[in-house]
Amino acid sequence: MADDTMTFEATPTMDIETQDKVESAERAAENNNVGAAISRVDGPLKVTGQARYAADFAVPNPLYAHLVISTIGKGRITGIDDQAARQVKGVREIYSHANKLDEGSAKFFAAGGQAQQSWEPFAEPDVRFYGETIGLVVAETILGAREAAAELVFQYESEDPAAVIDASGVERQEMPDKAVTKGDFDSAFEAAPVKIDSDYETAPNVHNAMELFATTAHWVGDKLTVYVPSQWVKGFQIGLAEELGIDEANIEVVCPFVGGGFGGKGSLFTWVSLIAAASRDLGRPVKLYVTREQGFTTASFRAETRQSVRLAAAEDGTFQALEHTGDELTSRADNYFVNGQDATVRMYQADAIRTGLTTVHADRQTPGFMRAPAETPYFFGLESAVDEIARELSMDPVELRIKNDTMIDPVDGVPYTSRSLKECFRQGGESFGWSNYTPEIGSMNEGEWMIGWGVATATYPTQMSPCTVRIHLDVSGEARLQVASHDVGTGAYTVLTQAVADELGIPVEKVRVELGDSRLPPGTIAGGSISTASNVSAIMIACERIRQRLGLERGADNDLAAAFENFGQAGIEEYAEWNPSAAKKNATKTLYNGQVMIVGGPEEDYTAFAFGAIFSEVRINRFTHEIRVPRMTGAFAAGRIMNAKTAKSQYLGGMVWGIGHALHETAEVDPRTGAYMNDNISEYLVPVNADVPNMDAIIVPEVDDKVNPAGVKGIGEIGIVGVAASIANAVHHATGTRLRRIPIRLEDLVQA
Amino acid sequence: MKPFRYQAPGSVNAAVEAVEPMGIAGQGGAFLAGGTTLIDLMKLHVLTPPSLTDVKNLGLDTIEESDGEVRIGARVTMAQASEHPIFVERAPALSDALWKAASPQLRNVATLGGNVLQRTRCPYFRDNVSPCNKRDPGSGCAAIGGINRLLAVLGTSENCIATYAGDFANALILFDATVETRTDEGSREIAFEDLHVLPEDHPERETILGDDELITGYRFQLPDWARRSVYVKARDRESYAFALASAAVALDLDGDTIREARLGLGGVATVPWRAREAEEFLQGKTVSEDTALEAGRIAFEGAQGYEHNTFKIPLGRQVVAKAILDAARMDLSGAPNSSGTSEGAN
Ligand SMILES: Cc1cc2nc3c(=O)[nH]c(=O)nc-3n(C[C@H](O)[C@H](O)[C@H](O)COP(=O)(O)OP(=O)(O)OC[C@H]3O[C@@H](n4cnc5c(N)ncnc54)[C@H](O)[C@@H]3O)c2cc1C
Ligand code: SF4
Repeated sequence: MADDTMTFEATPTMDIETQDKVESAERAAENNNVGAAISRVDGPLKVTGQARYAADFAVPNPLYAHLVISTIGKGRITGIDDQAARQVKGVREIYSHANKLDEGSAKFFAAGGQAQQSWEPFAEPDVRFYGETIGLVVAETILGAREAAAELVFQYESEDPAAVIDASGVERQEMPDKAVTKGDFDSAFEAAPVKIDSDYETAPNVHNAMELFATTAHWVGDKLTVYVPSQWVKGFQIGLAEELGIDEANIEVVCPFVGGGFGGKGSLFTWVSLIAAASRDLGRPVKLYVTREQGFTTASFRAETRQSVRLAAAEDGTFQALEHTGDELTSRADNYFVNGQDATVRMYQADAIRTGLTTVHADRQTPGFMRAPAETPYFFGLESAVDEIARELSMDPVELRIKNDTMIDPVDGVPYTSRSLKECFRQGGESFGWSNYTPEIGSMNEGEWMIGWGVATATYPTQMSPCTVRIHLDVSGEARLQVASHDVGTGAYTVLTQAVADELGIPVEKVRVELGDSRLPPGTIAGGSISTASNVSAIMIACERIRQRLGLERGADNDLAAAFENFGQAGIEEYAEWNPSAAKKNATKTLYNGQVMIVGGPEEDYTAFAFGAIFSEVRINRFTHEIRVPRMTGAFAAGRIMNAKTAKSQYLGGMVWGIGHALHETAEVDPRTGAYMNDNISEYLVPVNADVPNMDAIIVPEVDDKVNPAGVKGIGEIGIVGVAASIANAVHHATGTRLRRIPIRLEDLVQA
Repeated sequence: MKPFRYQAPGSVNAAVEAVEPMGIAGQGGAFLAGGTTLIDLMKLHVLTPPSLTDVKNLGLDTIEESDGEVRIGARVTMAQASEHPIFVERAPALSDALWKAASPQLRNVATLGGNVLQRTRCPYFRDNVSPCNKRDPGSGCAAIGGINRLLAVLGTSENCIATYAGDFANALILFDATVETRTDEGSREIAFEDLHVLPEDHPERETILGDDELITGYRFQLPDWARRSVYVKARDRESYAFALASAAVALDLDGDTIREARLGLGGVATVPWRAREAEEFLQGKTVSEDTALEAGRIAFEGAQGYEHNTFKIPLGRQVVAKAILDAARMDLSGAPNSSGTSEGAN
């Protein structure tokens, strides 16, 4: 069109709701809700404050509780002076080991149970770490409870803690049964012409979700309702039943919305049973707000690691030997580990492979899941090492990765269900402009700015768990899905709505999804990026049965009214159980028992992972040494994408978090005491808007019909993986300084 | 939070009559302004004032200029001042220091009286548990030998190495401002540079203010060349972070030659810091990177690093250099508010 004929028409504005409706009608007609970039169905509830989070549920006449946490790093409580505290107006009771509540402990989640740690709070006067829950004040008001807590004086007999991973006094536990070996690493490494041998460090990270850990317990007779942020309502219910010594049928755990979980709400917090028991003891509902600073030590966290990577290659860049070992901090009592080396050594072909894992027991709380628990720290090590050897080889880091790409899992020798890594690098590189990359250190600097580009591979195992759902469809074409799964802010309400709409051939407005209540059919823990694949697979079975019973055809323009007329009832309901093929036949039983059964990733005859490529640009000011990431592109291939909009948000959110992992996040533990010295979100830094100016996530198309019936790979965690390495690699490109410890901070670049 | 009495008198006279002192002179806490420091520390039980005298009804919320003197009321908010044309156009170091501080939400309620008197972010002061001479005189200093990355390298003593964390004061100090105060015994004027005191043997005492003394405002003259001023702030993220090292610089230039320089430092010292030796060095020099770095070196002569913060000495030196170079590069011919430090957002 020639310039002079160009006209600008005001686009008729349509409010988003109407627009969504129009689009939705079009989609339903084509029966292609799935994959469409529809806005969140729960969006309006959230932005108008109507979505109810755990703390928002009102209970009649509640008491308020406040946790008291230890202020020594190790030792025992020798006395409690609670005189002044008990004088505070409205104080009802003060609990501690001295007047222990009537509750016990469920099994540690990593040992097949549900609890965040293996020991029971208040069972002994011992203090195991700084910031441990040692007391509970219950009062008529929240301020009264806090004031009384401040008046409480605990006397201690204190010992020096071994609170950090390199402290003397930690206990090291080697885990040979977790090691992977293939070929003869030592001789292959010895013989190879090009090699690197480097050590890497990652810092402790804390979830710091927006939503604090508020918990309310409400008894009516012998029936207990608990409102608590949870990524696993069924597990919380079962665990609580054990802790409180009551029938699980008498417990309901309610949590329809989660204000950010990231794994931090995945295992049963120690205080939940305390609050329930206190409520039982005092005969009134009890409500607890765990403060931001208490959240640093009373919940789980991502532990620090120390890693070592030895990587060897032939002159042409073919990897010959890879060894990845890691030390991970855990608590004295619990042997929690993430063992991400099991994934890193499956990324590239190599004939000789070896991993090693050592847990380091220290005087700290038990760590737990945090977004891509295993991959986030360990891919910093691997993908930094790959960049180091690319430098040794004078090879382009993208080319080197593509050269060592493999369609066969190098450890188990089985095929990947699908693997589109090359395509991720191709599309990501094209969008980022990688062809303009000049490898010499500092070659892209501009004026005051040192500029560097870096890349890394992202990956996450595709995992699934058994899942059950119940679906109801009535003659008016309204459907209801019920499942005790969770929307932790990821968009589960939306994509499950789309799945049901698609399977039943109805518009999304006609679907209601109920999640986050332990009374519903047991679904999945919101962890391991399993939710969409598992829930949709179960939905497909239930919907297929409904279609069969009603004589509907998938994808056709069905006459529902006629079908129901024939069926002879106004509604139909189906309950379905889905078991991943790799799981045992009766695996859904585990759901009812409050056990997590996650399968996938490396399995017997296949290996399933999602892949991605991360491209980062860093700019470092020559004077201030501030490190910023003005630009980042991620390209991800993860099978079938249910909703392009929520998927993109997941990827971008992960990438933003990756910037924090690389440059900001670290819980600063004082080794003398074990105290977290930056236990607030002013000094525990995460990226703010100004830190993420220009990011893009590309959805690389991929069809995987082997991985599960839904063809879906998990996307919730992959976005963060590899980001830290891509940034560290870019910092090296800009400055020539190889930084092997994250977070990288400006002092790492300031020369004296 | 401990229960406290609250009062909000309607005039300055009534306020200074009614105020109930906190007990430790120079520590503040009796007057409540935006509360963003005070209420925070009360929630942590670090401060437990028996009563608070709110300044909200005292006026003191205007920025005025007369007879060549600018006067800022103590209740002017950070947001208000950061956008005021007098600062934006004629002393960008002041507006820069403000909009690069805290977050919009905080700047909307925080006042310049409270801002100047904000307390340190030393984590051992805030934890209410560790030995801390500032919080609990004579108990020791847990920051020495501890997590002290954010703490000071200038003006420290063996009793305290806490950083003065604010930004605005490091820019205000360039302009030889006067602090106006009131007590029930009358008013007095204090040179801004004398307001804060070094920790020495008494880190619990941070200013020369009496514990019932109200700041009513600040007064200063703005030379024409204050238009050539910048505030450079090095921090861990692009917005909403305290300074690791910052420098306020104003230059009076004659071509490339520095007639007069003013230099204030932040994030590195125990009090708002004026680097006079470096200013003297710069006088008469031609602007160059070497000169700027040398000024930085002089500014940090005598600095002492601790376990995790020695990097602040070379960093601070380079931040000073950047501020001098940025100020010198400012183009004052065109738009009045062409600040040289347009990097970053807040
Ligand atoms: C998360 C966070 C980040 C921050 N980041 C920055 C930053 O980057 N840069 C920065 O400079 N600041 C920063 N701040 C500090 C913030 O700027 C100060 O808290 C604020 O300016 C204090 O002003 P206020 O009015 O809220 O003071 P208040 O909290 O009300 O008072 C502070 C102190 O001053 C006393 N006081 C107040 N007014 C008077 C008066 N008129 N006369 C006598 N005494 C008085 C009070 O008694 C108290 O002791 C940050 C604060 C927070 C919480
Ligand atoms: S540096 Fe000062 S404020 Fe910090 S612990 Fe030491 S005495 Fe207290």
